[in-house]
Amino acid sequence: MTKAITVSGLHKSFGGTHALDGLDLDVETGEVHGFLGPNGAGKSTTIRVLLGLLRADSGALRLLGGDPWSDAVELHRKVAYVPGDVTLWRNLSGGEVIDLYGRLRGGLDTQRRAELIERFELDPTKKGRTYSKGNRQKVALVAAFAAADVDLLILDEPTSGLDPLMEEVFQAYVREAARERGQTVLLSSHILSEVEELCDRVSIIRKGRTVESGSLADLRHLTRTSVNAELADAPDGLGGLGGLPGVHALSVDGHRVRLQVDTDKLDAVLRSLTASGVRSLTSTPPTLEELFLRHYQEDGSSGAAAVAR
Amino acid sequence: MTTLAGTGPLVRFALRRDRLMIPLWISLVALTLITSPRTLKGIYSTPADRADLLATMRTNSSLRALYGPALSDSLGGLAVWRVGAWGALFAGAMSLLIVVRHTRDEEESGRQEMVSAAMVGRRAPLTAALLTALVANATVALLIAAGMTVTAGDGFAGALALGLATGGTGMVFATLAAIVAQFTESARLARGVSAGLLGAAFVLRAAGDAGTADASSPLTWASPIGWLENVRAYAGERWWVLLLFVAAVAAQGAVAYALTGRRDVGMSFLPSRPGPAAGRLGSAGALAWRLQRGAVIGWSLSFLASGAALGGVTAGATDLVGDNQATRRMIERMGGQSGLTDAFLSAMVGLLGMVAALYVVQSVLRMHGEETSGRAEPVLTGAVGRVRWASGHLVIAFAGAVLIMLLGGLGLAAGYGHGLGPILGACLVQLPAIWTLGGLAVLLYGATPRAAMAAWGVAGAVLLLGWLGPALKVPQSVMDLSPFGHLPKLPGGGMAWSPVVLLTVVAVGCVGAGVAGVRRRDTAG
Repeated sequence: MTKAITVSGLHKSFGGTHALDGLDLDVETGEVHGFLGPNGAGKSTTIRVLLGLLRADSGALRLLGGDPWSDAVELHRKVAYVPGDVTLWRNLSGGEVIDLYGRLRGGLDTQRRAELIERFELDPTKKGRTYSKGNRQKVALVAAFAAADVDLLILDEPTSGLDPLMEEVFQAYVREAARERGQTVLLSSHILSEVEELCDRVSIIRKGRTVESGSLADLRHLTRTSVNAELADAPDGLGGLGGLPGVHALSVDGHRVRLQVDTDKLDAVLRSLTASGVRSLTSTPPTLEELFLRHYQEDGSSGAAAVAR
Repeated sequence: MTTLAGTGPLVRFALRRDRLMIPLWISLVALTLITSPRTLKGIYSTPADRADLLATMRTNSSLRALYGPALSDSLGGLAVWRVGAWGALFAGAMSLLIVVRHTRDEEESGRQEMVSAAMVGRRAPLTAALLTALVANATVALLIAAGMTVTAGDGFAGALALGLATGGTGMVFATLAAIVAQFTESARLARGVSAGLLGAAFVLRAAGDAGTADASSPLTWASPIGWLENVRAYAGERWWVLLLFVAAVAAQGAVAYALTGRRDVGMSFLPSRPGPAAGRLGSAGALAWRLQRGAVIGWSLSFLASGAALGGVTAGATDLVGDNQATRRMIERMGGQSGLTDAFLSAMVGLLGMVAALYVVQSVLRMHGEETSGRAEPVLTGAVGRVRWASGHLVIAFAGAVLIMLLGGLGLAAGYGHGLGPILGACLVQLPAIWTLGGLAVLLYGATPRAAMAAWGVAGAVLLLGWLGPALKVPQSVMDLSPFGHLPKLPGGGMAWSPVVLLTVVAVGCVGAGVAGVRRRDTAG
């Protein structure tokens, strides 16, 4: 599989602030790639470098096989972009803006345009100022999804302001883009259910660096599973379980045991539990929220505490 | 009074936000007036000179149209004649900018919603904007009253009358802008319309003064700037005329208040109509034209009209000047070379050129507005190179200057009645200087986008220098800083190619360097 985007060791600073500090990002062709990180982590800066709006200080960058800065115009024929905060011209109608964006890229599929306007319930005759935030997002989304010859969609928090129904519509079109139209999607988002639902792989960045990258299953593996069991025999103190590697936050209350365990050490814990006779057992894989909190927290200890909650 | 809740903090906030802008404007208005007596003393040093001048102004309607009537031969009176109307014009501009900035601008950007959601009454933002304007205008009035007392040395009464009339004119346009801003949804349009009304007040005064020597024409009385003349500072002050300012401010303020109580935040009385569901715009250039065409049409019409008006007074310019050397010299320093009519026409063409530079700067800086508002970003992420994007705006700016200068020349020739060819030629000769100022704006925007707005300052300084410099005996070395100072004086003078070519080269170089900056630097957003 070829890569739609490769970024390695990307640095970008503004005056004294180091916005990107050696960031890496790999997006395979045809996948939906989640791009996550706390506010100010450098997501939008990365995207603006990829779009040739900002010039990288250093680092290797390829976008659809070209250089995002020097080949910007050629590349942009094949790229559609939706920013998180769409600003429109006050005296142009939404329909005019959609058509303008379309023509500035490789053209617009008029049938899809009509369908998208209907599905997103957008009134294209209203003028810039009169749209709400959600409706301004829709204008950019319609233009991006209706673009005729686009290989890559770069979406920077595209659903901010959309209602849950429209969120559904959005997800349907992202899925269609990836599965039926063969487009690659880079999706920056804070809506974790959206990421969980749509993304094949994710990259998590913090303070301008990539801290984690891989499929959601891979990432889950790196964190802890919560285990809650009721045993036939009261466990023999905390010694047996507490001595196992990878066990955290163990608490024993009569026959009940609660603990967190590193997911790759789960097997040994279960063996130990079944030895005491399991009456009931719930095991919860880490949610994406926990995964996030772990990475978003400032340091490792508070991250563990967050997972333990 | 709950509709006024929060006014106090809003005024402090406005003054804090404008801590640079308001003092700069106040200095401009006050210093224009306060510094003039000293220079005028140098030019009209003897009683004979002054009597001469008064005689000229009584008889020459064209010069009256440009500068206003001379009502007294005291130093203060000369200052009122020479720069009084300009002080009023600046005070008006300052006031309308303050009010639009703190009312419609806030609503358009959505910031007003945050503020209004706090403990802030419905009428508090308008009140705060008007009070901020009042603070600025009161400061102007005090500075002029104190400063002119010192520099003119003709007593306190005249200085006070001039200060109050200048501040009063400012407040008339503050309250007028408060009304205009409620009829438009965009701050840009509110500023444009208010500035147009200010310009109209200046033109009304000019038309009235062309007809009468003592500012008694009904046209003059119809203009707040004419009221300033009729206060007759230093010429037997008529204090009751100041009541006109009070009445106008009260009436317009009442209308603005009534309107603001009936309006939704962010909405205007002229709501936007629906647009087409599909559009024909297909390129960055077409978009640039769509965004700027309103301004181009507005500038074109006003250049045609101003040209015609200036042409209309040209015929009277040479009447009865006779042997008056002072007047002749003044017209010549304004830009004329030989033959008073030609000299006058040449001065008018130069004036049009300096104002056209404001158009070019405004048009070039539209790019800056597009970029900082984030609207350039989706265009640049299309298959549009930065140079293509910029060139759309640049063509409109630089070719637009050609258009409006030709229209201004057409109006001038039509108003004057003959000389179309030479006048159009003279208008075209202004272009290299206009382009140089536009090129400077491109350079500032491209290389140092944070300082782009400084282009306004440069264009404004050049205009001020060109207009007031000749009568204020500004040293030639300073006059030479203006690109317009180097152009051949046409019609009438001999054509000189070298400054024209040289300035064109400078302009092209600035544009090239600026565009190179746009290509190389990060895009703001």
